[in-house]
Amino acid sequence: MKEHSEAPALEVRGLVKDFHSGGLFSRAAVRALGGVDLSIGRGEIVALVGESGSGKSTLARCIARLERPTAGQILLDGTDVLKRDRFQASRQYRAQVQMVFQDPFGSLNPVHRIEHFLSRSLTLHGKAGTPDQLRTRLDELMTTVGLTPDMLNSYPHELSGGQRQRVAIARALAVEPEVILADEPTSMLDVSVRIGILNLLRGLRDQKGISMLYITHDLASARYLADRIAVMFAGELVEEGESLDLLANPAHPYTRLLVSAVPDPARTGSYDPTERAALRAAVMEPTSCAYDGDPQQRCSTAEPVRHQVGDPAHRHWVRCHLYRPPAAAAGHALATEPLEKVVSA
Amino acid sequence: MTVSQTSLGSHEPVLEIKDLTVKYRGDTRSTTAVDRVSFSIGAGEIFGLAGESGCGKSTIANAIMRLLRDPAEIAGGSIRFGGRDVLALGKEELRRFRWQDVAMVFQSAMNSLNPVMTIGDQIVDIFTTHAGYSRKESLRRAAELLELVRIDPARLKSYPHQLSGGMRQRAVIAMAVALKPSLLILDEPTTALDVVVQQEIMAQIKDLQHQLGFSVLFITHDMSLMVELSHRMAVMYGGRIVETAKSRDIHTAPRHPYTQALMGAFPPLTGPRVPLTGLADGVKFSNIADLREAAPGHFVAPLPEAQAAVLQGAQS
Repeated sequence: MKEHSEAPALEVRGLVKDFHSGGLFSRAAVRALGGVDLSIGRGEIVALVGESGSGKSTLARCIARLERPTAGQILLDGTDVLKRDRFQASRQYRAQVQMVFQDPFGSLNPVHRIEHFLSRSLTLHGKAGTPDQLRTRLDELMTTVGLTPDMLNSYPHELSGGQRQRVAIARALAVEPEVILADEPTSMLDVSVRIGILNLLRGLRDQKGISMLYITHDLASARYLADRIAVMFAGELVEEGESLDLLANPAHPYTRLLVSAVPDPARTGSYDPTERAALRAAVMEPTSCAYDGDPQQRCSTAEPVRHQVGDPAHRHWVRCHLYRPPAAAAGHALATEPLEKVVSA
Repeated sequence: MTVSQTSLGSHEPVLEIKDLTVKYRGDTRSTTAVDRVSFSIGAGEIFGLAGESGCGKSTIANAIMRLLRDPAEIAGGSIRFGGRDVLALGKEELRRFRWQDVAMVFQSAMNSLNPVMTIGDQIVDIFTTHAGYSRKESLRRAAELLELVRIDPARLKSYPHQLSGGMRQRAVIAMAVALKPSLLILDEPTTALDVVVQQEIMAQIKDLQHQLGFSVLFITHDMSLMVELSHRMAVMYGGRIVETAKSRDIHTAPRHPYTQALMGAFPPLTGPRVPLTGLADGVKFSNIADLREAAPGHFVAPLPEAQAAVLQGAQS
């Protein structure tokens, strides 16, 4: 297990991603990410939640360097990797940051045996060694993800969805990464095997100290797996905090809406339907804030400031003009907000 | 008391299924997708069928609608709807039975809309074909229907691609209840939708059910959603029902290990974080016995001793 240090394993600062739309000479663009700041500590699991279209997968793909961010920084161990390798990820970066995709049926080439996927990773990254060492390493990888070494000779179609996702995780593990980006790793799987995959990811963090960004739309699984949850809405993070605290005291209207929408038979005191309707009206369009563009609302003229919510130990903050902190903490904005974004009230 | 895969029905069941067996016939061997399943749905009742992919829950829905095609065949049992034998319906009766008596919303129903016809024309089609209304009258009713699911009637002139996924799904649900069926079958109606939209659709269905009073057969793998929505439910595994009871009872005290695993697959949103196990890899149940009443109204398939022992070993 790696020793714990204050510097985060991975940090994203002011990440912006525009997708061009329209024709070749069109200058129209859709802003998928509007300046995202996010850090993942060493051995920490951070969940990124939001609806489809909120930009959570775009953020993961930017961090994995599958998309080129329009602006911003990605810091790995304090180095800005976008400056270091400008156009595409270096092999060194790939050895540090690995991604597990949503669809284990699409991410494994059907014509190869399982052994191929793992040994290729090991060989490319110079971790194969002698044939004997390679064999040992392959067996270890399979055991780590809860599969048996004899499955190395199987083809992907011979495995169940859960087993295939375990192979995908083993492939990510082969390079001994520091960070794993898991984009909805369980949403395509049968429900009874989902918990097994979540437990596996947690075990990898506990035993190997791997940091993780877990992307999901399932708040319950985010709460189960992650230490911290960040809520994404319209390409921006609107609320973040320690998992249990965030879901117990959601402060942003969008987070409240998400929480109220999750079916939970154990919930005591259901949400008021009129409140739910009001929340829905407030964040009707999944791509933009309803208050944005309304001249009566401050959202149109000023970026919201981060407010700390509750006990500072929970590292819980929210960005919304509508947030009214309890009297005791009133007017207390977090110092982490860049100065130019702070507007005088 | 031993009951052959039977659940507790209310006094006047709308739908009654007895010992239904569906086989998929192959050249060399055949697979039993649904194996001697019985349940009934009372008037105004929401009944849930839960289970994972391949457990036979959608096959049952298709069997009720008589939509099964070769190589699937109903090998035994009976389906009775309002006292009539569904399996004996003739072609013309079947046409009226579908949509007027029983309507079904499929999993990706929003993709079942015709992309080159406006929503309005598609709804008008139902009324002119099945109810024989004039075009003008049909349009008026179509507008009412959209209002019922809170879509602006101006959307009658929209094409499906101009609506969001949630709106399309709501339009399909409106079409399903257009002829006031007494049973609505919902086969994973919200799996392709975002959680907020899902919540809205489910609230809509509850609302409609309250207004129109139809019964619902609700099929999903999401146990939390099912427990929230349905009155009574059955859990299926390998073509058999392993447990059936009031949804609340299954939620608070699941008895069959498979039901327990399914319930355990959904972490709670409140309370302390406790480790969950799900279903241990490689655990399979076979030769599922007939249901036995374990508590009033709570039926469970008893586990053979040998299997229980194996399961204990796998869990620990």
